[in-house]
Amino acid sequence: MFSNPDLQKLLFGRLTLDAVPLHEPILLITFAMVGLGGLAVLGGLTYFRLWGPLWRDWFTSVDHKKIGIMYIVLALVMLLRGFADALMMRAQQAMAFGPNEGYLPPHHYDQIFTAHGVIMIFFVAMPLVTGLMNFVVPLQIGARDVAFPFLNNFSFWMTVAGAVTVMASLFVGEFARTGWLAYPPLSGPAMSPGVGVDYYIWALQIAGIGTLLSGINLIATIVKMRAPGMGMMRMPIFTWTALCTNILIVAAFPILTAVLAMLSLDRYVGTHFFSNDLGGNPMMYVNLIWIWGHPEVYILILPAFGVFSEITATFSRKRLFGYASMVYATVVITILSYLVWLHHFFTMGSGASVNSFFGITTMIISIPTGAKIFNWLFTMYKGRIDFDVPMLWTIGFMVTFTVGGMTGVLLAVPPADFVLHNSLFLIAHFHNVIIGGVLFGMLAGITYWFPKAFGYKLDAFWGKMSFWFWLTGFWFAFMPLYVLGLMGVTRRVQHFDDPSLQIWFVIAAFGAFLILLGIASFIVTLVVSFLKREELRDLTGDPWNGRTLEWATSSPPPDYNFAFTPVVHDHDAWWDMKKRGYVRPLSGFQKIHMPRGTATGLILGVISIVFSFAMIWYIWWLAALTFVALTVVTIGHTFNYARDFYIPADEVVRTENARTALLAERV
Amino acid sequence: MSVASEDANVRGSGRDVHEEPGGHGSFRGYMTGFLLSVVLTAIPFWLVMSDVLGAPRLTGLVVMAFAVVQIVVHMVYFLHMNTRSEGGWTILALIFTLTLVLITLVGSVWVMYHLDTNMMPADHGMHMPAPQSVPVEPGTAAPPHQHQH
Amino acid sequence: MRARRFWRNGSRIMAAHSTAAFTADDFKGPGDTPVFLDADGKHHPEGGTMLGFWLYLMSDCLIFAALFAVYAVLGRNYAAGPSPKDLFDLKLVALNTSMLLFSSITYGFAMLEMEKEKRGRMQLWLAVTGLFGLCFIGLELYEFQHLIHEGATPQRSAFLSAFFTLVGTHGLHVSLGIVWLVILMVQVQLRGLGDENKRRLMCLSMFWHFLDVVWIGVFTFVYLMGVL
Repeated sequence: MFSNPDLQKLLFGRLTLDAVPLHEPILLITFAMVGLGGLAVLGGLTYFRLWGPLWRDWFTSVDHKKIGIMYIVLALVMLLRGFADALMMRAQQAMAFGPNEGYLPPHHYDQIFTAHGVIMIFFVAMPLVTGLMNFVVPLQIGARDVAFPFLNNFSFWMTVAGAVTVMASLFVGEFARTGWLAYPPLSGPAMSPGVGVDYYIWALQIAGIGTLLSGINLIATIVKMRAPGMGMMRMPIFTWTALCTNILIVAAFPILTAVLAMLSLDRYVGTHFFSNDLGGNPMMYVNLIWIWGHPEVYILILPAFGVFSEITATFSRKRLFGYASMVYATVVITILSYLVWLHHFFTMGSGASVNSFFGITTMIISIPTGAKIFNWLFTMYKGRIDFDVPMLWTIGFMVTFTVGGMTGVLLAVPPADFVLHNSLFLIAHFHNVIIGGVLFGMLAGITYWFPKAFGYKLDAFWGKMSFWFWLTGFWFAFMPLYVLGLMGVTRRVQHFDDPSLQIWFVIAAFGAFLILLGIASFIVTLVVSFLKREELRDLTGDPWNGRTLEWATSSPPPDYNFAFTPVVHDHDAWWDMKKRGYVRPLSGFQKIHMPRGTATGLILGVISIVFSFAMIWYIWWLAALTFVALTVVTIGHTFNYARDFYIPADEVVRTENARTALLAERV
Repeated sequence: MSVASEDANVRGSGRDVHEEPGGHGSFRGYMTGFLLSVVLTAIPFWLVMSDVLGAPRLTGLVVMAFAVVQIVVHMVYFLHMNTRSEGGWTILALIFTLTLVLITLVGSVWVMYHLDTNMMPADHGMHMPAPQSVPVEPGTAAPPHQHQH
Repeated sequence: MRARRFWRNGSRIMAAHSTAAFTADDFKGPGDTPVFLDADGKHHPEGGTMLGFWLYLMSDCLIFAALFAVYAVLGRNYAAGPSPKDLFDLKLVALNTSMLLFSSITYGFAMLEMEKEKRGRMQLWLAVTGLFGLCFIGLELYEFQHLIHEGATPQRSAFLSAFFTLVGTHGLHVSLGIVWLVILMVQVQLRGLGDENKRRLMCLSMFWHFLDVVWIGVFTFVYLMGVL
């Protein structure tokens, strides 16, 4: 392109036209599809004149409900990408036996399993969890927003920036070929000189800032903004699990930030933290990243436990069995989750004393988890259970997750782990708990709170289809992996020689196909429900006969959530209000103080994307420029003191009167 | 700081009129803290620079003890930590964090020490002594001080 | 089952909400009927800024914990290169430490002036604090430059990588604190000592003193114990 290589290097760093993978047919097809899809979306937005509302009411909004929904949309989009990776891996492993090399060369296959793990954990599970907490927690505690509304918007855009960075690696350059935790020395400068690991590092660092800030935000919200009367032991269980999850986020993500920063120093500056020479120690990376990594597992699962607790109580029409024990179990898990990290690398060679300590703590942590399962069972016992879709997910979870938990206890035995380490048994185990626990929980939560967010229920038929496809698909996809793991098949293998193994991989691929139908059914659910929204409309704001405060307001809730702050006497506050003759007020409304929307978060997110891209490709001038821009925008934002406004009493009256009229119409 | 006449419902805190920005120190408190920290800094530097105790291990322990005391002094007099501020949440967060700091530090050192002991015998001269320093009998892979039978 | 353990009782909860006008009496209406709504808008949630910023500091503390852990594990891996005994000049470190200690007390004085609403004198103390901070950074840069000049670069050994990163991260935080300090001085000059600016000054105060605490760990663990 340029005759002078020095000039080209100055302007574009190591970015050249070769970085765009035009020679990879699979990527070209993806490229074309993403391009067409993107054009269709942009065209649709323009045609329906949605740019203005999108910008005003969503992108620049600091409303926790909008931000929560946007997090979930992001997660669902990324789920499609992550699942496409999964399908490709299953297809490759089902065919690549003996002379058949499959259709994915090793260097591509390695990127796919890395991207699959990174995307599913950081850009599907995390946004689902954060989104649900963002949407539900302020409503459950009777607050009008989170403690730091702008920070919330900023956190969301940083998460998006991380996701965009990962997606960019698909089209410019490559992604890491190291596995989802990028262990050195494989991820070090010598073994991975390309941009893959740099994409990995910057995507996680940027998204990590968002995650950390939203963790701080939600803790401050829960601690400081509960409605009067809501003592700690009157908080809904979901809020409790959200509190513990956010504590884990604030306490664990700094370790990830630090360890990735040190890996970057090894790669960019040439330090020797995790190298094999000059005193570095790669196992220190493994040690540190699992000090983050194990709490991360509980960051994901605790909110799912909270969702199941709410759903079980609501659909069994009973008070949750053992509220206090549920709280204590959650807190105990929070603390114990910091004492088990070494079980991820028993085989490292720390010896019997270290391994037995961590093996025992791992077994201990299963006790509070087991207690929770019994609490849910006893809540259902003698209840009048409605088998609505959220409850189906819950029951599916209890069966599936328990199996996953038991295989986890098997892996906690160090001698057994020496046999099963890095095998497909491990893969089956953690998919068993993450799909059966986190994903089922989040899908249950989405189905449960969807009517709150949009004012109509999700279609039950397609919801059930989705559930049954997911459930059977999961069992078909992962039970064969347990078998293969016990036979000694290791993970991350692109090609096999032993043809007798093939049948198991074919079964697993069939399972992945069923999950595909499950995901498709979920999308159909969304579409069908939207089309049938008048039929599925809920005007009461309380479609499930709920128990907690979010069901006390309209669906969707007004910007200010509650015209009057509720006063709480019981942990099932709304149930208590209904039982004791609460009457919805029709007058006496006052003006309400609210935070103002801002585009600063979005701007910072966009600049961060450019900054990380420049750092990845060594385009130093652009990196410096965007860094200065980030600093200037941030400082500029602190000079903005006008961050709030009042919703006038008139407007509150108008909103509430409209609802009064709707409710009267229904009767 | 609180404005009782404020009649608005406040949702965000950035604008919250009821913010009570923590407990402040007094001149006396700051001076006490400063003098204590000067003393607590000077003594360990003196101990190490003039090698007063003569025993490195003992000096190390004493120096660490001084650091712990000084950290507490700073927490109390400069950061105004007490069990009451923010309804006890700050001290709770601090205790939780310190526990995790301890777990991270002690855990890492413990885990990595055992790893080194078990997996890098070269440092300890147990299994793989440097070839030039230990004569190896022809025909035997194991050096003489290892189990020969 | 009713939760009847701690934090249950209304008056305790209201103690936490002491600044709000919503009191224990507001839970019951006439004739002991339960009150379900704060109809008069008496309840005001407390601000979360100080707690939120404290939580941020705790997370920062864990970043340092990871760096300390790395230094603890790799700090003796000299790779046949220089060791702390060869490199560290304790007199310089003592001087540096005193800069940070002085800056702490001067920031304290600034806060005392802030409480007395004396803006000019507060700005003066803030400026002095910033100068001490700059001296600290200057001395640290001088030390780094000296080490690198001697060939003790971060690339030389794992010990030096860990050393430069741990001390450098602290230095970076102090530099950030100085920038923040300057911005706040400008903002106080422009908008006076309102609640908003006071809150920001309190946050920076916590940040500044927190960095002191980290430095105690650094000089003890890295420098003093290093040369033993």
